Amino acid sequence: MSAKLYRVQAGPEGYLPPAAASMGVMLPEEGESLVEGRIVPEEEAMQKIAEKILAAQNPVFFPGPLILWAWKEGVAEKAKAVKELAESAGAKIIPMPDYRPKYPMINPAEEINPNHPNLTIWHNKIDVCVFVGVHCHYANVALKIIRGGTDCYTIALCGEAGHEDAMITLRDAGLVKIRELTEIVSQMKGGA
Amino acid sequence: MIQQKVVEPEHLFFPAEREKMFITGSEAVKEAIKRANVDMAISYPITPQSESMHLVGDIYAEGYLREYFRGENEFAVMSAVAGASMGGVRVFTATGGPGTLRAFEIFSTWAGARLPIVCGFMTRGVNSPLTIQPDTIEMAFMLDTGIIMLHAENAQDLYEMILKAFVIAEKTDVHIPVGVFVDGFFVTHTRDKVEVAPPDIKLPPYDPYSAPVPVMDMENVPVRQMRDPFVMKSNFISYAAHASWQQEVLAAAERARKYIYKYLGGLVEAENADADILVITSGTAASQSREAIAQARQAGLNAGLVKIKSIRPFPAEEIKELTRKAKAVIVPEFNRAGWLCRELKAVVEDNTKVLGGPRVFGGMTMPPELILSEIRRCAK
Repeated sequence: MSAKLYRVQAGPEGYLPPAAASMGVMLPEEGESLVEGRIVPEEEAMQKIAEKILAAQNPVFFPGPLILWAWKEGVAEKAKAVKELAESAGAKIIPMPDYRPKYPMINPAEEINPNHPNLTIWHNKIDVCVFVGVHCHYANVALKIIRGGTDCYTIALCGEAGHEDAMITLRDAGLVKIRELTEIVSQMKGGA
Repeated sequence: MIQQKVVEPEHLFFPAEREKMFITGSEAVKEAIKRANVDMAISYPITPQSESMHLVGDIYAEGYLREYFRGENEFAVMSAVAGASMGGVRVFTATGGPGTLRAFEIFSTWAGARLPIVCGFMTRGVNSPLTIQPDTIEMAFMLDTGIIMLHAENAQDLYEMILKAFVIAEKTDVHIPVGVFVDGFFVTHTRDKVEVAPPDIKLPPYDPYSAPVPVMDMENVPVRQMRDPFVMKSNFISYAAHASWQQEVLAAAERARKYIYKYLGGLVEAENADADILVITSGTAASQSREAIAQARQAGLNAGLVKIKSIRPFPAEEIKELTRKAKAVIVPEFNRAGWLCRELKAVVEDNTKVLGGPRVFGGMTMPPELILSEIRRCAK
C-alpha cells in the first residue's frame, strides 16, 4: 500500500503491520489530534472517543505505570480523574503495572503487558481499549501488535506527543482534558 | 559549576547574538558542548577525534560539565555512555574510524534502548589496510544501526549540528541517539570562521521523566523496568514484540524529520536545483562540489548542488522531487564503497542517471577539477 493511503484502522491487519510513522502518518501539533491517521481538531477527536467508548460492548482502560503510582505531584489527581472517566463511560480497568515480558505467566483477566497485549484483549473480548499513563515506547509497541492481531479499536490518551499507532490519540492529555472528556461522555450519555 | 543562564533552545539557536571565531572543527565541538548543558562526557582517544574530547575535558576543568572521565577503550566508553543515559543524564562522546568499528555493537544497543545520546564521529579510514587518513567508509557501516546520522560540511555545521542534536534526540517522540559525522582532518584540523552564541547561555537540562522509556531511577516507577531482549523466549509472541520494538525505533527516526526541518532548515540544501546536471553529496565533498559547480557555471554549464545534511532519516522524498527533471546526477564521495550513491539509486525514479563518483579514499583529497570533469562529461 502507498504510504499516502495508509489509514490506522481496527485490525486484524496481518502478520506484521507497519509502524504508522513509517507509512507517513505524522503526530498532531498542539490543539490537534489523530483519528485513524488523519489530523483533526482536538474537539472532534474527543467527541469521537466518547462515541467509540459508549458504543462498545466491552470498553477497557489500560492505565500504565505513569498513573498507577503517585510518583510526582498531580499524578494521584489525574489517576482519580481517569478512574472517574472510565466509570462514567461504563468501562472496566485492567492495569499495565510494568513492562517486563511475562508470557506465559500473565493472568490476562488481571493485567495487560505491552509485549503480548493480545492475550488480555482476546481473553476479555475487549472491543475498545484506552491506553493512558503508559510510557510512549511501550504504548507504540503494544498498539501495533493489537492492530496486527485483533479487531480491538485503540485509543491513546497521551501526556506527551501522541501515538500514530492508535486509532485515536490525544496529545498533552493532562487533568483538564481528562475531565473535559468525562464531561463529554456524561453529556453524550445523558442525551442518548 | 560555572554560572550560565538557561535559555530556550530557539533563542540559543537563532536570535542570540553571535560572536565570530576563527577555530578548528575540534574547537567547534568544544564551543557546542560549552553551551549544551552536558552532564557527563566520556572520552577515549583516536585520531582525528582525540583533540575534540581533550578540549571537552578542558571545559570540564573550567566547570562546564558535571562529570568527565576516560574509558578503557571505545567499547567500554560507549557502554558507559549508555549507562549514563539510562540513568537520565545528558551525555556526549566522540570517536572515529577504527574506534567506531570497535564500539560498533553498542550503537544499535543505544537506538534499541531509546537513548538520546549525542556522539561525534570524526571519520577516517579503517584498517583496510591501516590508515589514519580522511575517509567516510565507517558511515556505510552505521547506516542501519537505528541512530540518526547528520553529516557536517564544515566547522559551522559541526557546531550547529552537535548543539541541535541534543534537542532533537531528546524529543519524547524521537528519543534515539544522534551521530554527528564530520570528515576527519579536513574539518577537525583546519580553521574556519564559526559564529557561536554567547558562552554565558546554555540549553535547558534534559528531562528524563518525559522519556518514552522509564529512566533507571529507583525512586520512580516502574522500578521493575525492563528493556530486556526477548532472546530468552522462543515463541511467536516474543518475536512479534521484538519486531514491533524495532519498528518503533525506525518510527522514531521518521518523527525526527520535522525537528531537523525546524532546527537545521531541512534534510538537504539545494543550490540551482533546476539544473540539468545535479551534484548530490554530503560532508566536505559538498564544499569541493560547490567550487566545481562555480567553475562549471562560469564555463556555461548548467549544474546545481544538493547537499544532504541528514543521512538517517534519509531525504527520500526531497531527492525524488529534486532529481525528477535532472538529466544526470553525480555523486562525489570520500570512500570506496559508494554508500551515498547506493542510497540515491534506491530513491531516484530513473536511477540510470545516477553516476557513482568521483570517489577518492585512503586519505586522498578531491580536487574540484575531478568533479568538474564529470560535469563536462555529462554535459556532452
